[in-house]
Amino acid sequence: MSEPQIAADTRPWRDPARQPFIEIRNITKRFGDFTAVNDVSLGIHRGELFCLLGGSGCGKSTLLRMLAGFETPTEGAILIDGQDMGRVPPDRRPTNMMFQSYALFPHMTVEKNVAYGLLREGMSRREAYARAAEMLKMVKLESFGRRKPHQLSGGQRQRVALARALIKQPKVLLLDEPLGALDKKLREETQFELIRIQETLGVTFIVVTHDQDEAMTLATRIGVMRDGVIEQVGEPREIYENPKSRFVADFIGSVNLFEATVEAAAPDMMRLACPDAGGAVLVPPQTGLTRGQTVWGALRPERITLSRDRPDSARNVLRGTVEDVGYVGHMSTFRVVLDTGRMIRVTEPNNLREGKPISWDERVWASFRPEAFKVLTE
Amino acid sequence: MTGRGWVLPMAVVFGFVFLYAPIISLVVFSFNESRLVTVWGGFSTRWYGELLRDRQILNAAWVSLKVAFWSANLAVIVGTLGAFVLVRMGRFFGRLLLTGMITAPLVMPEVITGLSLLLLFVSMELTLGWPAGRGLTTIIIAHTTFCAAFVAVIAQSRLRDMDESLEEAARDLGAGPVRVFFDITLPVITPALVSGWLLAFTLSLDDLVIASFVSGPGASTLPMVIFSKVRLGVSPDVNALATIIIGIVTIAVLIVGWMLRKQARAGR
Ligand SMILES: Nc1ncnc2c1ncn2[C@@H]1O[C@H](COP(=O)(O)OP(=O)(O)OP(=O)(O)O)[C@@H](O)[C@H]1O
Ligand SMILES: [Mg+2]
Repeated sequence: MSEPQIAADTRPWRDPARQPFIEIRNITKRFGDFTAVNDVSLGIHRGELFCLLGGSGCGKSTLLRMLAGFETPTEGAILIDGQDMGRVPPDRRPTNMMFQSYALFPHMTVEKNVAYGLLREGMSRREAYARAAEMLKMVKLESFGRRKPHQLSGGQRQRVALARALIKQPKVLLLDEPLGALDKKLREETQFELIRIQETLGVTFIVVTHDQDEAMTLATRIGVMRDGVIEQVGEPREIYENPKSRFVADFIGSVNLFEATVEAAAPDMMRLACPDAGGAVLVPPQTGLTRGQTVWGALRPERITLSRDRPDSARNVLRGTVEDVGYVGHMSTFRVVLDTGRMIRVTEPNNLREGKPISWDERVWASFRPEAFKVLTE
Repeated sequence: MTGRGWVLPMAVVFGFVFLYAPIISLVVFSFNESRLVTVWGGFSTRWYGELLRDRQILNAAWVSLKVAFWSANLAVIVGTLGAFVLVRMGRFFGRLLLTGMITAPLVMPEVITGLSLLLLFVSMELTLGWPAGRGLTTIIIAHTTFCAAFVAVIAQSRLRDMDESLEEAARDLGAGPVRVFFDITLPVITPALVSGWLLAFTLSLDDLVIASFVSGPGASTLPMVIFSKVRLGVSPDVNALATIIIGIVTIAVLIVGWMLRKQARAGR
């Protein structure tokens, strides 16, 4: 009874009646005749950790800068907590931003940098510096408070910038590539720290990244951007399992893409003609497809199973030769050249296989379930 | 290769001789005992003593220092504001005109600058009653205008180099625009402003032409006095004076160089 209630509460975006905390309404930003952000509409809820994901130059920073108030939208409106931000200057907005370039004040010590926001709020020096020391401890820089920014390494600077953006505990935190310069271990620790802050303080995060693993780990939802447009918004799983377009499928994780034509719709299965895969592929029936239509199929490498003997039960089976095997610890990646000449990638966990592992130049069967072959119309 | 072996040292020697020979001979002759400028009469500091007893020169030196000090201060303020408006305020009405005007004194012949300022002061006196007569005030104003141009150029280039996101970050953390200017912008460009100040100070100390146009009775700057003295014949105490000025200028230049180096290191 109460189960769906909780689910709805922790995932407010699933309830269309809920008013989002941040509303981005048809935002467009042009620089001269170049459109950096093109008619983006987005609702982000209180306490979310929203990741903006996309390639370099697709307009992520520009969107963030409009939220912070450094760029004025050419068209459209931004509402935070129901308030139109149109005429609100950056220093009056309930947002704090961590800059891609860190933007540490070079003439101030690390602790003064971090305490600056609190001092501007009118907090006493002693209290502000005490809080700054706490923040610095959190980012593991407690002994660096007296240094100037130019005496720090890139990763240390990044952590100072993070501490400075977090210290005021604003309603909305905008982070532009917050973890790019950190090593793997520190990065994972900081990721969990971010999640902890988000959960304990209820701060709404918008994080820009072009690292899809990071987005997958951190985000409550992900918005995938391309050329100033948001291609898809969804929970990480949704984006991964049901990408709406070839771009999203390709951008999130690795994927094997096939071109195919709709052939016939049987009552329980639909047949696609896929010359690259060496014939017909069976997929679950879907609405909105017409006979003869060209579609794309996205097949995740981990959804494919390799075997030496032809599996009896599988409905989609391809024949090929292993060209390359890569060992990545917990799993192996295979490059298999199908008899059609098409190369596919397959990954398999290493605990699965008993006996002699499949190796170079072996003839194999690659099988997958009908649901694994995601049909994309774009 | 063999050619380069002696061409380079020759060029260096030639350059140094060309640049410094006049200065060195001047410094050497300032310690000359003899009254005749061209005859060496043995070492003495006699002319430095005479210099200290020459009320006219001491007065002029004092005027020059006052003028240089105040016009350097004012030039830094005016030049910084001008540079800030041009670099940070984006596009506004009259921007191009201001760009042209602020750098005009750099390329304008001094005679024209001096003459136009003189005309301005005269007509201002006639219509507004201020500045009453010409003297210290008018020289300071005149020097401020042309020194401000140099400061503006230096400040502009520093502002352009400065990462604008520093100012944005301060805004983001709750500082208003004025606060940001004093907390962030000003400290970051301070080394440039200090060198601008020193440059303005030396330029003002050097100037003869503009000062001659806009000065009045009782307000003669050092270059004006030296120039009028030399026209009556070179006297050794002028050499002594010049040596002192060279000393001051050298120290100023060294300080500017040191500041710029420090700034380059911190800006990394
Ligand atoms: N002030 C500006 N004037 C002109 N063009 C701009 C300006 N700022 C950004 N752009 C352009 O807008 C586009 C989007 O820039 P933006 O900084 O938002 O990219 P991004 O998605 O953050 O990329 P990255 O991942 O490399 O940081 C880029 O093509 C950029 O050249
Ligand atoms: Mg960016």
